[in-house]
Amino acid sequence: MKPVLHKGLWAGFALLLVLAPWLHDGGFWLSLLSQMGIAVIACLSFNILLGQGGMLSFGHAVYSGLGAYAAMYALNHWCSGTPGLPVTLVPLVGGLAGMGCATLLGWLSTRSAGTAFAMITLAIGELVFAVALMLPELSGGEAGLSGNRVVGAAPWGMTFGPAIQVYYLIAAYTLVCAALMVAFTATPLGRLLNAVRDNPQRVAFVGYDPRWVRTLALVISGFFAGVAGGLATLNFEIVNAEALGAARSGAYLLFTFLGGTATMFGPVLGGVLMVLATVLLSAWTQAWLLYLGLLFMVMVIWAPDGLAGLLQAHGRALRQGNWRRWLPLYMGLWLSGMVVLCGAGALVEMTYHLQLQAVQGSALRYLGQTLDVTQTSSWLMGVGMLLAGLLPFLALRKCFALAHPGAAA
Amino acid sequence: MSKAMALELRDVHKRFGRTEVIRGVSLSVPAGERVALIGPNGAGKSTLFNLMSGSLSPDQGDVLLQGRSIAGRKPHEINRMGLARSFQISNVFPRLSVRDNLRCSALWSLGTGYALFRWLHRCTEANQRADLLMEQLGLSAQAGVPAQQLSYAEQRALELGMTVAGNAPVILLDEPTAGMSQSETVRFTALIRSLTEGKTLVTVEHDMGVVFDLADRIAVLVQGQVLAFDTPDAIRANPLVQQAYLGNMLPSTTEGGR
Repeated sequence: MKPVLHKGLWAGFALLLVLAPWLHDGGFWLSLLSQMGIAVIACLSFNILLGQGGMLSFGHAVYSGLGAYAAMYALNHWCSGTPGLPVTLVPLVGGLAGMGCATLLGWLSTRSAGTAFAMITLAIGELVFAVALMLPELSGGEAGLSGNRVVGAAPWGMTFGPAIQVYYLIAAYTLVCAALMVAFTATPLGRLLNAVRDNPQRVAFVGYDPRWVRTLALVISGFFAGVAGGLATLNFEIVNAEALGAARSGAYLLFTFLGGTATMFGPVLGGVLMVLATVLLSAWTQAWLLYLGLLFMVMVIWAPDGLAGLLQAHGRALRQGNWRRWLPLYMGLWLSGMVVLCGAGALVEMTYHLQLQAVQGSALRYLGQTLDVTQTSSWLMGVGMLLAGLLPFLALRKCFALAHPGAAA
Repeated sequence: MSKAMALELRDVHKRFGRTEVIRGVSLSVPAGERVALIGPNGAGKSTLFNLMSGSLSPDQGDVLLQGRSIAGRKPHEINRMGLARSFQISNVFPRLSVRDNLRCSALWSLGTGYALFRWLHRCTEANQRADLLMEQLGLSAQAGVPAQQLSYAEQRALELGMTVAGNAPVILLDEPTAGMSQSETVRFTALIRSLTEGKTLVTVEHDMGVVFDLADRIAVLVQGQVLAFDTPDAIRANPLVQQAYLGNMLPSTTEGGR
């Protein structure tokens, strides 16, 4: 009867958050983890709208961004006095700002959940971003506002100067916020939000105003988005207009979807993925946005339940117990899939390298190999690999689907 | 009016474009009575039904629910005033479980409101009502199954359950037995009767067996006007009705009231 609050799962999550900094050395790792915590909160808050409420928002960064600005203001103006606001509570200021903003804008946008909602959120997002750029003295414009998180009293020596202290603050917020948002899905309001997602007309005929349900959901979602923004302020000590922009909103949508919207586990994966892609993948290749776009397309078409949905499907297949029979086929699928990826990757990288050729010469390193964009052989190799992987992949996929309908996509 | 009227239509008119579909209907349904609305195709039954439930608003005239006008009110407000309706095409929450469909339908009437600071699984009254309804509807075994995976007849049963879950005193059922087999219809009619015990019921129905079995009074709608509104026996005997609509579709008097 209480399907969402498995104690063991949460204990594991808490333990992971505590131990994560010690799994790997270095400031970069810690920075990645901090950003992941923030992204997880943001994606979860986005999924209250998308997955739980069926509301496709193109302007979620408005709430996280304004939360970040409010937190910056609090950090710069309220934390230094006596008695000053403790730095630990600054993210809550962000949350309240996000919540207030959602209260104001919520009623405007929640009349319907479909195209109208999407369009209005898009417009509000653009509007807020434009206003932020028009008022550089308030928003700091593209340069942004900066602050110092080492301010005010430092209880138990917690100055929040060292990154590890900030990480643990973020981790604590991540745990609590995730728990609260998952708990929300088990409240009457949470279930009514699902009902509104499924069939708003019927909700009205059982005595609830679907618009009010959506508005409340938006306010709750705005609060947690604001908390994420406030944590980002503490983490980076700088916030600029980009935090409000359409690109950020788009990232929330993209990665929440990639993680999976059907459950509240998906957005956690989505948040992790978001940091891996924007930080690691972007450092690794210039074409990262292209890869991301392709991945998004593939997922929309073949795995609309996202990464979490794929994992669940695997779990089901494993529990059915006949995995020994389909394992060879499955491995074949993976192998040919990897070959496809390598081939496609080579072509993409070479295409991208064409524009750098003048500066960097015609050769590039790719997976330990040297490719040359002026050599036909390099291009042929890429195409060959792509086809060599694609043909068996498609054939195997057909066999697989025939042999095990529904086992995995 | 000596008796309290649960639902009252006063000279209601409704036109779509140039076509006047409802042409001055006045109808009073006393509390606790079961009324069936019949009429040939195109007579305006569905339109009248939507006017009664507030899904459409009349161009002229008024609809009163327990003495209060529902004009200009939103569906959720009308529901709170004490009217619940079902839909001809099953209109459930497809991804929610059967239990959740029923719970969500009962929550408002139990005063839960838009509750955020309590657990749904601890809303004891809503859970008990859902459990009881599932038992009555024969859906207990499917409590955790998403509504979209139910069979057609099961979805019809759930639709009925959601309509009565809020305990509204006035229930409108839109072709509750449409598309059901003969045996399902008989079982379902009994179910409707027991679930709406003591309530005011208005139903649109094509199955004459159900109509004459269930209704205390029958309203015959022809070309947007009420031709007759009387007990089943009187309707059966009414020459106007026979002429205009029923003809040989009527179950004969001897085997009537199955």
